[in-house]
Amino acid sequence: MILDLFRDLVAAALIIGGGFFVILGALGINRMPDVFTRLHAVSLSDTIGASLILLGLAVESGWNLVTARLVILVLFLLFAGPMATHAVIRAALHAKLKPLGADESAEPGSAVEKGAS
Amino acid sequence: MRLAAMFLVLFGFWLLLSGHYTPFLMISGAAVSLIVALLGFRVGYLDEEGLPLERIPAGLRYWPWLVKEMAKSTLDVARIVLNPRLPISPRLFRTRISQETDIGLVTYASSITLTPGTITAIYDREDREFVVHALTEAGAEGVREGTMDRKVRQFEGRAPHKPAAGARA
Repeated sequence: MILDLFRDLVAAALIIGGGFFVILGALGINRMPDVFTRLHAVSLSDTIGASLILLGLAVESGWNLVTARLVILVLFLLFAGPMATHAVIRAALHAKLKPLGADESAEPGSAVEKGAS
Repeated sequence: MRLAAMFLVLFGFWLLLSGHYTPFLMISGAAVSLIVALLGFRVGYLDEEGLPLERIPAGLRYWPWLVKEMAKSTLDVARIVLNPRLPISPRLFRTRISQETDIGLVTYASSITLTPGTITAIYDREDREFVVHALTEAGAEGVREGTMDRKVRQFEGRAPHKPAAGARA
C-alpha cells in the first residue's frame, strides 16, 4: 500500500520532470536565433524529456514485460537520437548556413565538402 | 562464443517483446534467432562491431558517467533557455580525437551530441578531428578540455580495430 504510493510518487515525479523538459525544449526552439542553437534546445526534449517520461511509465507499470520494453525503448532513443541530430546539423552545414559566432579556424564550408567526399 | 551470445541476445529480445510463451512460439523464436545469428557469418555483423561483448564491462563504467554529464549539461541548457537575457555564445570549432576504433569514434560523437549544448557536426577523417557546435563558450571549453575524449578512449580499450573476420565462434 505504502509501496504503491511511493511508486506512484516516483513515477509522477519522473513524468512531470520529463514534461517540464519537453516544454523547455519547445520554449527554447522559439527563443533561439538560428538552426544550430535551436537544435541544442531540441536535445532537451528529445533525449532528457522523452527518457524521463518513458522511465516514469516504466516505474508506474510495475515489474513486468512492459517495464523491459520501455527500458529498451529508452536505450533505443539514446542511441538513435544523436544520429538524427547529427543528420540535421550536417544538412544545415551542407546547405551553407552560417552558424552565429562561427570560429574561422573551423572553416565549416571546406570541412563539409571534405567530409562529404 | 559470439554466435552463442548473439543467439541468446536475439532470443531474449524475442521473449521480452512477444510475451506469449506457448511451445510453438518459443520454438519458432529460437529457430529464427538461430537463423539470424548464423546469417551473421555471411552478412558480417557477427564481429566486435555488431555485437561488442568486450565493451560491456567498460560500458558499465562509462554510461553512468555519461548520464551524470548529461544531467549536468541539461540543467545548464535549461537555465539558459529560461534566462530572459538568453546568454548564448554559439561556437563552431574543431577538436582533436584520440579514438582508434569505429566503436570508439561513434561513441564519442554520440556522447557529445547526447549531452545538451554540444553537437558533433562533422567527422574529419584525414585530420582526425571533430567539428563540434556548442551553445556556449563554456560548453565548447568543456569539450576542448578533453575529459570525455579520455573517458571514451578508456571505454574503447586498447584493442586495435580488426577488419570483420566473422568466424570466431
